[in-house]
Amino acid sequence: MNSTLYKRTHVLLRSGLRHLILFVLAIATTLASADGFDYALKPQRIADDTWVLVGRSEDFTIANGANIVNTAFVVTGAGVVVIDSGPSRYYGEQFRQAIASVTAEPIVKVLITHYHPDHFLGNQAFALETLHALPDTISGIARDGNAFAENLYRLSGDAMHGTEVRVPPKAIAPGPFSVGTHRFEVLALDGHTGADLALFDLGTGVLFTGDLVFNGRAPTTPHARIEPWLASLERLDALGARIIVPGHGAVSEAMPASQQGKPASSPHVSIAQTRDYLRWLNATLKEAAEQGLDMSEALALPLPPQIQRMAVSASEFRRSVSHLYPAAEQDALTHAHSHRY
Amino acid sequence: MKWFVALLSVSLLMAGTAGAVSPAVPDRASMADPLDSPRWEDMRKTFFGKARVVFDDRVKVVAPVTAENSLNVPVGVDAAALSGVTQVLVFADFNPINEVLRFYPERGLAKLGFRVKLQQSTPVRAAARTADGVWHVNGVWVNTAGGGCTAPSVGSSSPEWQSRLNEVSGRVWSREAANEGASAASSSSSSQSATETPKSPDQLRLRLRIIHPMDTGLVAGIPAFFIQQLRLADEKGRGLMRIEAYEPVAENPVFTIDLPAGLAASRVQVTGRDNGGNAIETWVEP
Repeated sequence: MNSTLYKRTHVLLRSGLRHLILFVLAIATTLASADGFDYALKPQRIADDTWVLVGRSEDFTIANGANIVNTAFVVTGAGVVVIDSGPSRYYGEQFRQAIASVTAEPIVKVLITHYHPDHFLGNQAFALETLHALPDTISGIARDGNAFAENLYRLSGDAMHGTEVRVPPKAIAPGPFSVGTHRFEVLALDGHTGADLALFDLGTGVLFTGDLVFNGRAPTTPHARIEPWLASLERLDALGARIIVPGHGAVSEAMPASQQGKPASSPHVSIAQTRDYLRWLNATLKEAAEQGLDMSEALALPLPPQIQRMAVSASEFRRSVSHLYPAAEQDALTHAHSHRY
Repeated sequence: MKWFVALLSVSLLMAGTAGAVSPAVPDRASMADPLDSPRWEDMRKTFFGKARVVFDDRVKVVAPVTAENSLNVPVGVDAAALSGVTQVLVFADFNPINEVLRFYPERGLAKLGFRVKLQQSTPVRAAARTADGVWHVNGVWVNTAGGGCTAPSVGSSSPEWQSRLNEVSGRVWSREAANEGASAASSSSSSQSATETPKSPDQLRLRLRIIHPMDTGLVAGIPAFFIQQLRLADEKGRGLMRIEAYEPVAENPVFTIDLPAGLAASRVQVTGRDNGGNAIETWVEP
């Protein structure tokens, strides 16, 4: 297949020359694959009127076309509410077909949970006036959307063909709203990014968390602030949701109290796991900085077994060192003695 | 067409060296670059001229295979396994400014941790010059999305750095030499360094962070502005290490320096200047 050739060439040529070759190949590939990338999207029904398209627990690759994300929709009786549009134009278009295979209702609202590219680059497939997001998400997409899209082109190749940034025009405020028979609560939180939207369906008890919650996969931290993120997880935990749809990883139901570990941390495995990972990450980087480790040494720190079990934890930990270690070492250095004269 | 010719010459180079390696007498004409970089010959001519160059695994270069942030790529260089290292040069084959920094270990160990801006995927190499004049070279490829040298510094868009320019935060740790990185005993502010196993003499580790935009001069309208010289000395003024930095060193540079036991038990003097003549003058207390 085209993408295999693309990948082999990528591995073989690592110099500046490869850009020219890739450019030529990219043109050839584009001409050859006008039919697009097939995501094989299959909506899974997880509650009344509620469907999820679960992505892979991987990093972005050419083979997965950047489909590492969960998107969802709720068929309300008076139109469809969509949560996130996916990583590319092809994804968005196939997402619409997947919705149409379930219901003939029109799409009335698309909520973008936050400004990371795998969550909004499918926007082109949806009517512009249906696209909603928190104000800081809107400004983030307007500011950084093109740079994010370029990066996904680099990582996921063909599947991104024809993808362009569409900035959601409608700001949404926290609070309740109703569509058809469904009553929703919008929560405006932060921590994973500067603006993280969560959506709670009060009737079905389904909580769409965006990337505030990961399940079975190490969380990503390029724009994270861990303290507010942990506070956001407390708020999500307190909602008493029946089912959690995380931004990445499997959908899970709340566990009865009898099945929870001791001490019971949360009825939601995914919330508990995300919280444990973030606390471990924070403590590990802080301790490394306090011990005077160089950043290149922090990158090589061993991961404990419970972290190793999470998908892509080795690569996400190294990315997180890059994101979070400078601040940790700055704390360690500025709290020590140092004088000017 | 150009790429094809270059590709051909790379493959000829590879074929040509396959049978011609005799490790006992390394001859620079026949030594193939272990990183297969088309820029290697240029780098060799630029930095080493007619001097003898050997690829040597005793020089260790640690950097991520993929750089998450091309403006701030961590690199660790360790040539302490060689004796008599007089200077270490760090460079990146495909950076628009190849030279990253040089350091002169003096009384310190031939080791340095720092961060670099990379413009595209490139080998990052360290060359340690021993007293006999031979350069010992090693390196690693770092893949990056790029743009690290032609993106403006964060500092250039905020006024804060002007009031804090050349401000140094620093700290000294005593660490067991044998126990690299795993558990270092912190001897900061109030703690009196733990008295556990005094068998191996502790090394001293010094970490410095200096507020400076380190502008490369490659961004339109922002001239090159970077720290050029740093000198570390003990209380009596004896040199511990000298660092010459160039534009690719990352903004607000952080350096990790290891010193043999006993050298800087009191406090370390840091002096230096940037290319604008602004002075750096600080004591770092243990």
